[in-house]
Amino acid sequence: MALPGSRGIGRRLVIAVPFFWLLLLFVVPFLIVLKISLSQDVIAQPPYTPLLDLSQGWAGLKDFFSQLNFDNYGYVLDWNNEFLNAYGSSLIIAGVSTLLLLLVGYPIAYGMARAPRSIQPTLVMMVILPFWTSFLIRVYAWIGILSQDGLLNQALTALGIIDTPLEILNTDLAVYIGIVYSYLPFMVLPLYSALEKMDGTLLEAAEDLGCPPMKAFWLVTFPLSLPGVAAGALLCFIPAVGEFVIPDLLGGSDTLMIGKSLWTEFTVNRSWTASSAVAVLLLIVLVVPIVIYQNIQARQLEAGK
Amino acid sequence: MNRGPTWFNVTSLVLGFAFLYIPILLLIIYSFNGSRLVTIWGGFSTEWYVALLHDEQLLDAVWVTLRVAALSSLVATVLGTLAAIALTRYGRFTGRSVFSGMTYAPLVMPEVITGLSLLLLFVAIGFERGFWTIMLAHTTFTMCFVAVVVQSRLVTFDRSLEEAALDLGCSPAKTFFIITLPLILPAVISGFMLAFTLSMDDLVIASFTTGPGATTLPMRIYSQVRMGVTPEINAICTVMIGFIAIIVLIASIATKHQETVRRREEQAAAQ
Repeated sequence: MALPGSRGIGRRLVIAVPFFWLLLLFVVPFLIVLKISLSQDVIAQPPYTPLLDLSQGWAGLKDFFSQLNFDNYGYVLDWNNEFLNAYGSSLIIAGVSTLLLLLVGYPIAYGMARAPRSIQPTLVMMVILPFWTSFLIRVYAWIGILSQDGLLNQALTALGIIDTPLEILNTDLAVYIGIVYSYLPFMVLPLYSALEKMDGTLLEAAEDLGCPPMKAFWLVTFPLSLPGVAAGALLCFIPAVGEFVIPDLLGGSDTLMIGKSLWTEFTVNRSWTASSAVAVLLLIVLVVPIVIYQNIQARQLEAGK
Repeated sequence: MNRGPTWFNVTSLVLGFAFLYIPILLLIIYSFNGSRLVTIWGGFSTEWYVALLHDEQLLDAVWVTLRVAALSSLVATVLGTLAAIALTRYGRFTGRSVFSGMTYAPLVMPEVITGLSLLLLFVAIGFERGFWTIMLAHTTFTMCFVAVVVQSRLVTFDRSLEEAALDLGCSPAKTFFIITLPLILPAVISGFMLAFTLSMDDLVIASFTTGPGATTLPMRIYSQVRMGVTPEINAICTVMIGFIAIIVLIASIATKHQETVRRREEQAAAQ
């Protein structure tokens, strides 16, 4: 509809309504988080020093800048307070989970792309279906499987593989299982759409020229699937860094993840200013992967792939 | 890329789907467990489902969740579709890169950040927290999913139909409603369903933005899970899975039916 007559009011509305919605409810909230992270806790409702008061003109503006303080960042970045460990361990857990997701997801996506064309839509549907069931439910399902007297330990004991039950629930291993399980569709679908578009004659050419299948995979298939690998990896990695539900329900008390720390800081310690500082620093850590992801997403959608 | 599957492909598919489905199946099976202990089988029983019907707080939570999901996904579908049109049909307008950034960022934004920032907004402007704040929060993050789904349909479709309508003097708005919308309708519907389930599913953002009196189902399930695992939670989960399975089933039948009708019309037009 970028056509004659479309420069009118309708066009402006189509852009303006979602634009201002997102501006007001997605961008402005971040600015408020940023401001509150630079405020001090006070015992009041709301529990932080006031926001910018423009009605007082210059005086208000001067007040605003004089009140900014970096104590919260000092608190969060203090080695004694475990936040730095939590950022580090979140990045490691998310990174390792993303690698595991690639290892688990790639063979599935590859198998889907090589399945007969007629059943491919069904296979895609089967990958998406579990995603429709609640995230919380899918994480909850693993508690019953992984716990001490859980189904996995019962099965392994019955088969005579182990004598004493394995301790999996409330460990980092359970967190890895939970993340891989919950995020698998996000990895498989971009990989599948990259692999499915691939031209099979390239592999035939490699084969005709005497390239062994394994080598052909690494020289032809894998490089061509890299856009899918990048999209899937970012789609899993970024939210996994800030994950709260999985470490909270499956992880142990020593499982440090920043999403959980932020939640605790907010709900237990009730420090709104410190949790804002945690959020701002988390966003700074994630801004590079988020921008890369946006570019990939924009390019793919605009190319009509 | 179609050279026939090998044994390796078949094995990875079987193992992959087993991994995806077995936990959900076990959860459903154990909701019919007669024993109070979740992991020890005590015979078939439906007592937990009966117990659900008498749990007033739970039914309240279900009602809040459904209302939030219905309202927020409707608004999100409209806003998301508008955003998709702006991004695919309006070329390069001022602020376009900011616009596309705002549309894609919420897709990957950690929920704790979105939830905290929205809460602080509502507090800062003095908006009373409860049903409406959850609804606004859900609309905001789900509209971006709708935008992506609709956008991927808009970029692939044949624009000559739109151009023909406009050339013949049809107004842009009318062209949208009689040409574009029917063609992208399947994507709009799946965007709506995605928004609906994402809203029903959300725990973190709802927990941040809620106020007294508005407890959603995931919040209720979460607080029960924290206190221990019971077959009653399995029963709630099974009901939710069943509910969503029915929606997905109806939607896929509806899309298929629509496709058959369209094909028949196309054949009729060709004759």
